[in-house]
Amino acid sequence: MRRIGDAPLIRRLLIATALVLSALFLLLPLVAIFAQAFSQGVMVFWTNVSNTFTLHAIGLTLMIALLTIPVCLVFGVALAWLVTRFSFPGRRILQTLIDIPFAVSPVVAGLIYLLLYGRNGWIGSWLDTYDIQLMFAWPGILMVTIFVTCPFVARELIPLMQAQGSREEEAAVTLGASGWTTFRRVTLPNIRWALLYGVILTNARAVGEFGAVSVVSGAIRGQTNTLPLHLEQLYQDYNAVGAFACAALLALIALLTLAAKAGLEWRASRREAFA
Amino acid sequence: MSIRLNNIAKHFGNTQALEPINLDIHEGELVGLLGPSGSGKTTLLRIIAGLENADRTAQPGQILFGDRDVTNVHVRDRRIGFVFQHYALFRHMSVYDNVAFGLTVLSRKRRPSSGEIRARVFRLLEMVKLEHLADRYPAQLSGGQQQRVSLARALAVEPEVLLLDEPFGALDAKVRQELRRWLRHLHDELNFTSVFVTHDQEEALELSDRVVVMSNGRIEQIDTPDELYRTPKNRFVFEFLGDVNHLEGKVSNGVLTCGDAYWHVDLPDGHEELLLRPHEVRLTEQPTSESHLPVTITAISPVGAEVRVELEADWLAQPWLATVRHTDFEHLALRRGQRLFAHPRHWRRFPKVTEKTTEQTRVA
Amino acid sequence: MSQLATWRTGSTRVLPGFGLSMGISVLFISLVLLLPITGLFGQLAELSLAEYFAIITEGRVVASYMVTIGAAAVAALVNAIFGLLLAWVLVRYEFPGKRLLDALMDLPFALPTAVAGITLATLYAGSGWMGGLLEPLGFQVAYTWVGIALAMAFTSIPFVVRTVQPVLEDLPAEVDEAAMSLGATDGVAFRRVILPHIWPALVTGTGLAFVRSLGEFGAIIFIAGNMPYETEITALMIFVKLQEYDYAGASAIASVVLFVSLALLLAINIWQGRFVRRLHGGKG
Ligand SMILES: Nc1ncnc2c1ncn2[C@@H]1O[C@H](COP(=O)(O)OP(=O)(O)OP(=O)(O)O)[C@@H](O)[C@H]1O
Ligand SMILES: [Mg+2]
Repeated sequence: MRRIGDAPLIRRLLIATALVLSALFLLLPLVAIFAQAFSQGVMVFWTNVSNTFTLHAIGLTLMIALLTIPVCLVFGVALAWLVTRFSFPGRRILQTLIDIPFAVSPVVAGLIYLLLYGRNGWIGSWLDTYDIQLMFAWPGILMVTIFVTCPFVARELIPLMQAQGSREEEAAVTLGASGWTTFRRVTLPNIRWALLYGVILTNARAVGEFGAVSVVSGAIRGQTNTLPLHLEQLYQDYNAVGAFACAALLALIALLTLAAKAGLEWRASRREAFA
Repeated sequence: MSIRLNNIAKHFGNTQALEPINLDIHEGELVGLLGPSGSGKTTLLRIIAGLENADRTAQPGQILFGDRDVTNVHVRDRRIGFVFQHYALFRHMSVYDNVAFGLTVLSRKRRPSSGEIRARVFRLLEMVKLEHLADRYPAQLSGGQQQRVSLARALAVEPEVLLLDEPFGALDAKVRQELRRWLRHLHDELNFTSVFVTHDQEEALELSDRVVVMSNGRIEQIDTPDELYRTPKNRFVFEFLGDVNHLEGKVSNGVLTCGDAYWHVDLPDGHEELLLRPHEVRLTEQPTSESHLPVTITAISPVGAEVRVELEADWLAQPWLATVRHTDFEHLALRRGQRLFAHPRHWRRFPKVTEKTTEQTRVA
Repeated sequence: MSQLATWRTGSTRVLPGFGLSMGISVLFISLVLLLPITGLFGQLAELSLAEYFAIITEGRVVASYMVTIGAAAVAALVNAIFGLLLAWVLVRYEFPGKRLLDALMDLPFALPTAVAGITLATLYAGSGWMGGLLEPLGFQVAYTWVGIALAMAFTSIPFVVRTVQPVLEDLPAEVDEAAMSLGATDGVAFRRVILPHIWPALVTGTGLAFVRSLGEFGAIIFIAGNMPYETEITALMIFVKLQEYDYAGASAIASVVLFVSLALLLAINIWQGRFVRRLHGGKG
């Protein structure tokens, strides 16, 4: 078979260019993270990671991610079900609205939450009279993280559920299955890998969010510092090795995310090949 | 432009798509490549086009267009027109731009003036009766219209060889019929050499000057439709070109017996399988001294000028099909469940080893 | 059409869960996405029009727009070319390491922006691996707008690759073959046949990369140098105002950023829709 750009010279040139540029632009930073983190040996790395403040930041980060995921999951599934299984006026608008977090700058996202729930905001001032403070505390971090990550699950599910259509669910309903049974026995098995991938992306973003969180957290060490914020403070304090130790942990999560994605895609392509 | 293939073979990995093939196509001929799915028709066509390379073995094959050796010539320099099964129109271009494409990509020296391109494109669109749709996009056309655009596009560069891969495969029967006639007309008028692929024997027989029958990457026979139908070289060709009835039994002393049926044949003793076409079966109410083949009618369907009758019997492994004229049909007052006797007018046998045909015609 | 009719006549839906999923979705979108934006308008209402314009047209702020837009445009353009090359290579060729390269494409999305930020800053600083190579040659990347563009390009490259890749994959081989059989050379066929096919995806991907770059914060601030008037991005301006407790100022600038990004997002959606309609004859 002959296709455009198949001439050996062109092919080799393009592949070589792509590989060299990707190595410099994408791979080198990845290598640099681990090189920096371990530049003074494994012991120093370990000391940095097991530092109280770092451990607290890891704990807070994990807690935020664990709380964010179920919320995004419920919303993502509900929205995907709504826009792919029913037709109603305003459906397209809903689909466009969930893209807002992708377009909004994280700093702006943090800001609008701060304005609303901060001590001067109309909800924040009301809550303040009951001595409830959301901003500069973990609930604020959770709220902006949900804002930033809420599209991921829905965005993974909608194209898939649209492509699959609702024939199977309709069949289940005609066979007398209840709504919940239909979802659990028919829909869920079809979408579980997309769902898992959506969760992985949500997790990656929840763990790594920086701009929005830095606006609302107050970044108090040992209290409201997430791992990315902690890393920034270490870096600004000229503790580069400490900062890169945190960076290495986060990069590890990123690598696991990539591996999971590659694994899921491999699975999907294999299933397609057998279908 | 004549086309000559010498010793062209093709492997995809370990599967052999084409055994070494020799083929001569004369200037101005319209040749059909016919064969079942996977027989290598598309592969052969694409090799002629230069979209695929033939195997480079110890004795590499050769492709000649006239006197010109094009074996190592890139598809874009072979000056062929190729019509794809699914049209492959450029979706982002209007009908006009699609047809003009081949002219506008010519090197500046050879490119006609824009006025001339315009005139030529409209002449082609007129020919395919689509001049009123010049500004439409492919997605706004029906399948038949898209196919005509794709033909016009291939013809715009005035190729001397036109290659078509199942050009009418995706269209409904009526449109197919119409386009077929129209392609024949076009071919006769413009006088290029055409090769088209089809797996529809009717289409191949109706349209081609000569038909190349292929199976399993091999050419089984090359002949005119008439010759092909009347003197098939082997059992495969015979069976592929139409419905076939089988009769299997033991011959002894010039009588073939099969269950309670028997039939006088001029054959040496032994096991035999005879083949007949549906129109070679005659039906009567009484047996003759020559044959005693009792059958029962299981289905009757009038198709066009004939009536197709399905026959069953204990001594038959598979039902037979017979075609009778409407007058005979009325005369015999055929109905379902009726018991009759069949008389072969003509039969063939293809002995397995020698692959030589024996034919015998009986005066009925 | 028939589904719409069902909606109008209000007859029952086949599948369950309409009320529940509608309730959750609307509640969530209202509370999480829309309600907070009212906070911004509340804050802006406290400013007079004159004050508002004074803030958003102040010299240092305008300079930050220029830096942000300029760097984002350069990053988007570079990504358009680089991303197209990567998508092409990943779709059209087989070579060792292809799966790895494919997986690597998502790294900028998976890697936290702050991590990318400190890493790029360290790499391209005078003492870093890249900076150590480039600075003797006279290329200063860290703490200049080149560094800003570099960080933006890093975080947004997947947008281009991942939007162009599937479209390129869907392009049937016959399209190439048709162009070649009509006599087009590789260059001409690419320009006149393939590029127009992937153009909508390429523009969409580049547009998304641009929007993302306009708002990027974490990856940039470490490498930017953050010199007022020179290497200060708009997101940082908002952040600085906030740290000075100038909520009104931060809101005014944020409103500009918000408006521009949402307008661009809308424009990309509409533009894409127009193209899709033409290629699918109004059926798609
Ligand atoms: N690109 C390819 N890679 C591997 N095998 C191929 C390829 N193209 C064709 N083949 C194999 O070569 C053989 C001939 O295929 P070809 O497409 O020529 O058949 P065909 O006669 O055109 O069939 P159809 O009527 O179904 O189109 C088949 O066994 C097919 O599986
Ligand atoms: Mg074929």
